[in-house]
Amino acid sequence: MKGIDAFRELAPLLNNEPTVLANGYISREFFNVTDRRENFYMIGSMGLASAIGLGVALAQPQRRTLIFDGDGNVLMAMGTLAMIAACAPKNLIHIVIDNEVYESTGSQRTLSHDIRLEEVAKSAGYKQAMRVTRREDIRPAYQQLYKEEGPVFLLIKVEPAFDASQARVTHTPEEIRDRFMAALAG
Amino acid sequence: MLSSRIFVDKLRDSGFNFFTGVPCSLLSGLIAHLEGDPDLGYIPAVREDAAVGLCAGAYLGGKQPVLLMQNSGLGYSLNAFTSLNLIYKIPVLVIMSWRGYGGQDAPEHIIMGDINQQLLKTAGMEYAVLEEDHADRMLAGALKTIKDERVPYTLLVKKGLFDERH
Repeated sequence: MKGIDAFRELAPLLNNEPTVLANGYISREFFNVTDRRENFYMIGSMGLASAIGLGVALAQPQRRTLIFDGDGNVLMAMGTLAMIAACAPKNLIHIVIDNEVYESTGSQRTLSHDIRLEEVAKSAGYKQAMRVTRREDIRPAYQQLYKEEGPVFLLIKVEPAFDASQARVTHTPEEIRDRFMAALAG
Repeated sequence: MLSSRIFVDKLRDSGFNFFTGVPCSLLSGLIAHLEGDPDLGYIPAVREDAAVGLCAGAYLGGKQPVLLMQNSGLGYSLNAFTSLNLIYKIPVLVIMSWRGYGGQDAPEHIIMGDINQQLLKTAGMEYAVLEEDHADRMLAGALKTIKDERVPYTLLVKKGLFDERH
């Protein structure tokens, strides 16, 4: 399964959930699949998608909040898994698209081939953590986790197969902020 | 000396309602009062850059965040400030202890104590050194920058400004 297949599977399942997307191909690929004002494209600040998502979830406890993270981001900020588990926001779903490489910088390997990140999340104290490797398993896993009390974690293993001809996020950072905040305020 | 309790009340009255950080002994009184207040609370962060991200998310979700940290955390936070807050225009009030002020501190604080103002200036981060006699005016100035320019504003805190709890 390619990363874009995972995003194509997830996109129709979303409603108006605020969604924080990690930098690199995570943001860029999902932007090309479905651009919604609830998408916060984090274009820099690698490692902070999970912390930003936690902040959104705590500020808006009545709204289900999603994080679309990458393996490199999670490994950079494993301490944030502990913060999420300790804060225990019931409305938070943390999804990791795991391609085992830093793909946007030339596919150098991360550590997630050897380290099972969903087990790290579970050990940290997430209420539930699952791993899927087949596209047809994404929808049932997401729907199951959506029913559960958060924080929950879904790791989706993909192959590194980003199509670099895809457009970059065309919105400016301030536009991303404004439409995201407007969507949350509405 | 500024009373930590009174300053926390000023923060609350100014509309700040989300508090996180990584502790410093110089800020221990502030953190103790935040933790003791069920309406305000304080979220322990594992690293200063994670706290920057947490505050950014809270702001996007409608909160007015405050980040407490030692100046040692400035190094960890610079990429977060420059590639998140300063380009998206996401404000946060940073209350940063100034360890190593005047070269009088433990060795690990001396260099950062010497350069923290230059680092803030170089990064284009607005700041002020918090003074007991002008605390109200300085907090109002910070709030104005946060509201008008939507960028981080740092209040540097020297040793002895606040009562400590340790």
